[in-house]
Amino acid sequence: MYKPNDLILRTTTSLIAFILLGFAVYLLLAGHNSPGGGFVGGLVTSAAVILMYMAYGMETIAKIIPVNFRTVIPVGLLIAVGTGLGSFVFDVPFLSHTFGYFNVPIFGKIELATAMLFDIGVYLTVLGVTITIILNIANDQ
Amino acid sequence: MIFAVLLPFIFAFFIPFLSKIKHRIHTGIFVLLIPLSIFIYFVRFVGTNFSPTRQTYNWIPSLGINFDFYLDGLSLLFVLLITGIGSLVVLYSIYYLDRSERLGHFYVYLLMFMTAMLGVVLSDNVFVLYTFWELTSISSFLLIGYWHFKERSRYGALKSMLITVFGGLSMLGGFVLLSIVTKTTSIQGMIEQADLVLNSNYLPLILIFILLGAFTKSAQFPFHIWLPDAMEAPTPVSAYLHSATMVKAGLFLIARFSPLFHTYEWFYIIVSTVGIITLCWGSYMAVRQTDLKAILAFSTISQLGMIMAMLGFGTKIAIFAAVFHILNHATFKGSLFMVAGIIDHETGTRDIRKLGGLLTLMPITATLAIFGTFSMAGVPLPFLNGFYSKELFFDATVKLPDGGAGIASLLTASIPYLAVFGSIFTFVYSMYFFFGVFTGPQKLALLPKKPHEAPFGMLMSPMLLIAGVVIIGLFPNSFNASFLLHAATAVNPSSEFVDVYFWHGFITPFKMSLIVVGVGLALFLTRRYWKNIYNFFPGKLSFNNLYDGLLEKVDQYTATVTNFYMNGSLKNYVAIIIGTIFIVTLSFMFITDGFTISNDNLADVTGIELAVVFIIAIAAIATIFTNHKLAIILITGVVGYGVAILFVIYRAPDLALTQLVIETVSVVLFLLSFYHFPKLQKREESIASKWMNATLSIGFGALIILVGISAHSSSWFSSISDYFIETSYSLGGGDNIVNVILVDMRGLDTLFEITVLGIAALAIFSLIKLRDKEAK
Repeated sequence: MYKPNDLILRTTTSLIAFILLGFAVYLLLAGHNSPGGGFVGGLVTSAAVILMYMAYGMETIAKIIPVNFRTVIPVGLLIAVGTGLGSFVFDVPFLSHTFGYFNVPIFGKIELATAMLFDIGVYLTVLGVTITIILNIANDQ
Repeated sequence: MIFAVLLPFIFAFFIPFLSKIKHRIHTGIFVLLIPLSIFIYFVRFVGTNFSPTRQTYNWIPSLGINFDFYLDGLSLLFVLLITGIGSLVVLYSIYYLDRSERLGHFYVYLLMFMTAMLGVVLSDNVFVLYTFWELTSISSFLLIGYWHFKERSRYGALKSMLITVFGGLSMLGGFVLLSIVTKTTSIQGMIEQADLVLNSNYLPLILIFILLGAFTKSAQFPFHIWLPDAMEAPTPVSAYLHSATMVKAGLFLIARFSPLFHTYEWFYIIVSTVGIITLCWGSYMAVRQTDLKAILAFSTISQLGMIMAMLGFGTKIAIFAAVFHILNHATFKGSLFMVAGIIDHETGTRDIRKLGGLLTLMPITATLAIFGTFSMAGVPLPFLNGFYSKELFFDATVKLPDGGAGIASLLTASIPYLAVFGSIFTFVYSMYFFFGVFTGPQKLALLPKKPHEAPFGMLMSPMLLIAGVVIIGLFPNSFNASFLLHAATAVNPSSEFVDVYFWHGFITPFKMSLIVVGVGLALFLTRRYWKNIYNFFPGKLSFNNLYDGLLEKVDQYTATVTNFYMNGSLKNYVAIIIGTIFIVTLSFMFITDGFTISNDNLADVTGIELAVVFIIAIAAIATIFTNHKLAIILITGVVGYGVAILFVIYRAPDLALTQLVIETVSVVLFLLSFYHFPKLQKREESIASKWMNATLSIGFGALIILVGISAHSSSWFSSISDYFIETSYSLGGGDNIVNVILVDMRGLDTLFEITVLGIAALAIFSLIKLRDKEAK
């Protein structure tokens, strides 16, 4: 494995990675009404993680994000399937979505949709898949 | 009711956490609560004034696929068997399975099976039934292969899976035809329209397809070969799946559909013939086995054949005898499997040639075994339930209605003789099982362990089952009116109360029983003189060899075909894929006359678009002439980013964003994978193959242009985009149409896509990691 030692990359990464992560969360949350969504949000997050990996190496990543990305895949799938199954509780067909508008202090009127939950499932699955594939190929001897 | 069905499945999600503390508390103790509570829930329905209930939960109403749970007498019988035997089996497994085993896996599979089996017997919707049906096959596969490090386990698991899934698929074919003919997906709805089915042209096909499903599942001749190999599973599994419940799903299916088919003559002929042949063949083969569980496996096959035959007869008495025997068989066979497991556990072997004289060492087990085997043999004693159902069976065979011509009448005449013939061997192997293990000289030197009596906990389950044998034997009418009659009327509405009692007088069925006992005893005592007959019949002729040969041939053939095109050259794969798309699409375009061109509705071409397209084209061409890995990746990146810019120009921000990120991530991926590749070399190809490549790529590009133009110009279908634009906000609650389509309107597609993604990622992971392990 090569050992990255690039001061400029490292310095900018610590800034850019956070911008990317913030942007990813924005994309995920805003996805229902403006460009974005779980899929692209997951990809942007993976891009941020991969950038950090390239700048700091595997050990550092494992230390600052103590998450096994393989387990993120089933968790995401479970959330997505669970959203679908949740429909049965309200006696409507599988994967029926609903939404409502709520008045929340500070934010004002916001929309909450069950589609959001499903999108979070998509987000986590895509994140887990991308990182699993790339980091495994990267760490292969 | 849906909660009762899904409870085991939901509980399975907690097993991984519970199995973490398996060294302090055996996981089985938690699991035991589940079947027990479902049993208590359903046992409340037992009573003389029971009437069928129905509950519906929507699943995919647009396709007529719903969770339609219909609880009638037949379902109730099976539900109580599944949960009752299930509780005992889990109790038994607590002592049978050591804590060092992978308990978590075991109980997850077992709970999955429980839900699947409850679903099969309660579903009124054919497609839901099918789904649960296949789930039983899958969980059976996992349970047979539980000790996956043993070659025989894997062989048995695969065999059972191939045969039962083959049957399941043909059953699905039958269901599809049935639902087309009757225009309903409800079984009760189909039965109401029985005339429509009986007059349909598809009737023979429907019957054969559905019977194939039932015969493979219930291990009927010649599909019985998977059941003996399934005995590699842990004994609790054999007792539960492969004796008391899953193999009876086929019987359930026949019983469920018999109101639909019973007036059709071929239903009687096929089901009875197959059943009676299975009865004879199974009991004949059981006598030659040396493995205790193999004896029980063939015995199960033969008993299933007997019940199958009775369902084929369809007369009032036969149906009642069938449901009575389903209950009785579950009690004595379940207990015998547990006894076999105890012997295996305490002596270390199941080989009957090494066992003997265990009566004094394991007195309680021996007592249980004597009740079980004698009940199975149908010995005429007033405290054995097996005798009553066998007697009813003989009664049914001699009281078959005459009439019909040809095959049907021949069958009716020969059935009583075949029934006696099969039962003689049943008697022989039952005696062989008991006396071979518990009497005769002790051969302690041959045993891997020093035998002693099993712990009380392990004996508890078979004791309860044997108690059932004796209670039903002493009071055979105790469950009739409140329980079994409802089951029988569900199969044959004209069923009525059959008063079961021990002494009928010296009538034909009793004479048949006496013949069985007499001849059986003679054969058992002279066993060693005639057992060489097995060398001649069946000898080497067996369906097992056929199965193995077939599998081997299929393996060879598919290997040849696959190796023909999977030659390891990625370039070849791409050429094959692109070439196929090219030929198929082009010929389709010609056949349907699909190419149209019109210049209505065209936008103006701007300079910036032209510039971007030009850059993309240059970059694409440049990749061909580059011989440096890194350069190729970066140039391909230019193509991708160029497309993203085009998306921006055409105001598709979602696509542009996704394309950009995908491009970035895949460039990284390429770089990482190329890191492992050897250095790119100057390609040395013949001129012919270069021309071939050029033709393929230019042709494919031209094809895509044609498709693009036609897609714009043709007016075959009206566009759906207006619908999405109008309803995205009102139905989906979102302004971003792309997102609303992805997560809401086409949410199911997305769900499947991310599932595929997840599977692909795990596959890549295991490919890389497994190769590492092998290298070490």
